[in-house]
Amino acid sequence: MKSYNIYISGVGGQGIIKTSTVIGEAAMKSGLPVVMSEVHGMAQRGGSVSTELKVGDAYSPIIEYGSADLLISFEPVEALRAIPKINKETYVIVNKSPIYPFNLRESEVSYPGISEIIDELRKKSLKVFCLDADKIARESGHPLSMNMVMLGGAVAVNGFPLKKEAVLRSMNANLPEKSLDINLKAFENGFNKVRSE
Amino acid sequence: MNIKEVLTADKNEELFLLGNEATVRGALESGVGLASTYPGTPSSEIGDVFSKIAADAGMYFEFSTNEKVAVEVAAAAAVSGVRSFTFMKHVGVNVASDSLMSIAYTSVEGGMVILSADDPSMFSSQNEQDNRHYARLANIPVVEPANPHEIKDLMKYSYELSEEFKIPVMMRTTTRVSHMRGKVKTGAVKEGLTKGFFKRDPKRFVPVPSTAMIMHKNLVEKMQKIKEVTNSSPLNQIFRNKGKIGVVTSGGAFNYVMDVVKENNLEVDVLKITLSYPFPDKLLLEFMEDLDTLMVIEEVDPIMEGEVLSIIGQNGLEKTVHGKLDSTMPMIYEYSPNIIISAFEKLLGNKFNLKDNSGSNIQIPERPPTLCPGCPHRSAYYTVKKAASSLELKDVIYPTDIGCYTLGITSPYNAADYLLSMGSSIGTSCGFSKATNQSVVSFIGDSTFFHAGIPPLINAVHNKDRFVLVILDNRTTAMTGGQPHPGLPVDGMGWEAPEVSIENIVKAAGVKFIRKINPMNIKKSLETFKEALEFDGVAVVISQYPCMLIKTTRRDKAFLEVKKDKCDNCAVCLEELACTAIYRDEEGFVQIDPKLCNGCNVCVQLCPERAIGIKK
Repeated sequence: MKSYNIYISGVGGQGIIKTSTVIGEAAMKSGLPVVMSEVHGMAQRGGSVSTELKVGDAYSPIIEYGSADLLISFEPVEALRAIPKINKETYVIVNKSPIYPFNLRESEVSYPGISEIIDELRKKSLKVFCLDADKIARESGHPLSMNMVMLGGAVAVNGFPLKKEAVLRSMNANLPEKSLDINLKAFENGFNKVRSE
Repeated sequence: MNIKEVLTADKNEELFLLGNEATVRGALESGVGLASTYPGTPSSEIGDVFSKIAADAGMYFEFSTNEKVAVEVAAAAAVSGVRSFTFMKHVGVNVASDSLMSIAYTSVEGGMVILSADDPSMFSSQNEQDNRHYARLANIPVVEPANPHEIKDLMKYSYELSEEFKIPVMMRTTTRVSHMRGKVKTGAVKEGLTKGFFKRDPKRFVPVPSTAMIMHKNLVEKMQKIKEVTNSSPLNQIFRNKGKIGVVTSGGAFNYVMDVVKENNLEVDVLKITLSYPFPDKLLLEFMEDLDTLMVIEEVDPIMEGEVLSIIGQNGLEKTVHGKLDSTMPMIYEYSPNIIISAFEKLLGNKFNLKDNSGSNIQIPERPPTLCPGCPHRSAYYTVKKAASSLELKDVIYPTDIGCYTLGITSPYNAADYLLSMGSSIGTSCGFSKATNQSVVSFIGDSTFFHAGIPPLINAVHNKDRFVLVILDNRTTAMTGGQPHPGLPVDGMGWEAPEVSIENIVKAAGVKFIRKINPMNIKKSLETFKEALEFDGVAVVISQYPCMLIKTTRRDKAFLEVKKDKCDNCAVCLEELACTAIYRDEEGFVQIDPKLCNGCNVCVQLCPERAIGIKK
C-alpha cells in the first residue's frame, strides 16, 4: 500500500505527540504498517514542533516535500511553516487560534493576520478546513482538549485511512481516564465541525 | 499503551514503540541486570522507561551523577558477569570516554552495551559529533540500527557479540532513529543475573604499562576476528535492483535511501551496513564487483566513505566513489528524503517526478524554544540583570551551562555569553576572573552542578577567583524531561534516597559567601544579587524554586489579568520579563493568555502601576 502521509505541526506543549501516537497506534492495531517521527527535547519548550507519520509501506516517516496527504496544524503560523510539505490536493485542518512567538517584538517579521494566513493556505491547497479549535475545546469542557478537536477534524476528511472506531479505541488506550470524556466530546465536536463543512 | 507494557507484554505481541522504548525492551529480552545513564536528549526516554519498570523487572537502574560514573558502574557489573547497559547522548560519551578507552582494554565477562545517541542537526545539543569515531578510538564494534524493531533485535545481538568476544559493543543511534516510533514484535523477556561475582585478575583488569601492552595486542586480535563476523553476518545486507550504481548506507540514512529507490523504481543496489565497525571489507568487495560507481550515504561524518576508499585503494580497483568528500552529499547536518533525491538526480542525470510545491511568499516569524511561563529561571535572569544595572556594572560576562537555562541566550535576558560543555560555566568563570577585569555572573543548574560543577568550584576557591555563581536549583533535571538527581529524595528506581545538599557541598568547598533565595520573590532576590556582586571572592547564590513542569508545583491556576484601567502600557512585563503568557493584542492592549499563564505572580510584583491581579 502506498503510504498515506500525515504531517502535524504546532507549538511545543499543545499535545502534538500524543495526538500522533493515538493515530499511529490506531493504524498498527488496524493491521496497517506505520512509522512516525517525533521531536523531543529542547524544541518542546514553546518552540515549533512537528511530527510526521506514514501509514502504509515506508521505511522512513519523513515526508518528502509536497507529499503530505493531510496537514493538521494546531496553530496558524505553524501551518504556513508546513507549506513545503503540502500540495494542492493535501487536506489541511488548521486551528485559527494563534500563539504569538515570545520574541515577536524584536522580530523583523510580524505575525501575519489570521485571514491572510487562511487565504495563503487556500492558495496552496484546495481543501482547507479552518476551525476555532480552542473555542470548541473550551466548549467541550477543557482548553487542553484542543488536540482532540483537531484529531476529530482530521478523521472526518475524505481518504483518512483509519476507521473512526479504531481511533476512538486508541484514544481509550492512550488518554488519561479522568479526562477521557472531555476528550471524546472534543473529538466528536471536531469531527462534526469538519463533516458539516 | 501504558508504558509498563514495555515490560509486561508477552512474546509475539505488537507494540507501537519509540526507538528509545524499544531499547528498553531489547535490554529486558537480553536479561540485562544493571542499567545506568545520565539523562541527555535524544537518549532521555530510555532512562524514563527504565525508572518506571526496573523495580518490577527485578533489575537495577540508576541515574548516575554523570556519564563517566555511569559507564564505570556498568563496567564493574560487566566484569562481575552481570549483563550491563549504559546509554547517553553523544556528548555524554566525551565525559565517559576516559574510562571507555580502558574498558575496551580490560574486556568484559557479562555482555556490555554502550548506546550513543547522536544528534545530527543538533536538535538538542551543542554539536553534532559523530560518535562512530569513538568506536575507532576505543577499538570496539559498532552496530547501527535503522528503526525501533531493529534496535530491539540488535540489543540482543549485541549482548551475544559482546560475550562471545568479551568486548563492549557500541550501539550508535541518531535522533531520528531514537525518536522514531514503529511496530515492534516482542520476544520473551529473559531473566538475567543481577548479582555476579568479581574474580580478581589484575593482569586482565588493571591496565598499567606492562599489562596494557598485552591488553592492546589482545584487543587488536579480537577486532580482527570480529571483522570476520561483520563480513559474514546477515545483518549486513545486500539489496539488488539491477543496479548501475551501488549505495553503501547505514542507520536512519538507509530508510531514506530505500524509500527513494522504491518510490522512483531506481536501478540502484543497496548495501545496508548494520555492523559498521570493523568495516566488512570482503562484503564490500562482493557488493561492488559489478559496479563501477558507488555512493556512500551516511550521517554525519564521511567515516564509511573513508573505509570504502581505502578498501578500493588496497585492492587496486578502479571505482568512482561519491559521497561527502566529493561534495555529492552535504558534509553537515542530518539527511532527509529530499537531500537523497537531489543527490540521485545529480548522479543519475534524470529529474524525478516530484509533487508540485511552490512554497510560500509570506514571511513568518521564527519560533525558537524559550523558558516556560512561570519558569523560575526567568525571574532569576530578570533580577540578576536588574542588580547588575543598579550597580552600574558594565560588560558583565555571563558564562552559562547545559540545561533549560541555556535559553537565557534569548533577548531580553541575554544571560548566556559563553558555553562549552557540562560544568563549563564555573571553569570558564575561573578563567574570566583571571584574564579580565569584568564582573562575572555564572549560571549552572542543580543536576549539572552535581554532574561537573564541583571540581571547578573547588578550583575557584583554591585559586582565589572572583565571580558570582548562581546555582539554578529547580529540583529536577528539567530539559531532559524531569529526571531525579543526587539532590533529590528519590533515585532512578523510584526508591527513597538520601538528598545530597548543594549548600553543604558549596560550604565544604570553602566558599565564604553563600545565600539561598526564592527567585519568585523579586525584591529579596534583587538585594541578595547586589550583595553577591559586591563580594570580593566566589559568591554562590542558590536560587531554589521547583520547575513549573513538575506536576506538584502547578497549583490550581490563579488566572492573572491586566486591569485595563490601571495599565499605562509601559510594557515592563512584556519587554523586560518577556513571559510567553504576556502579549499585546491586535488593539495594542497588554494581555495575559489564560491558557499559558501559570500564575507565578512575578509580573504582579514588577508592574509599576500595580495593574496585574487575579482574574475575578
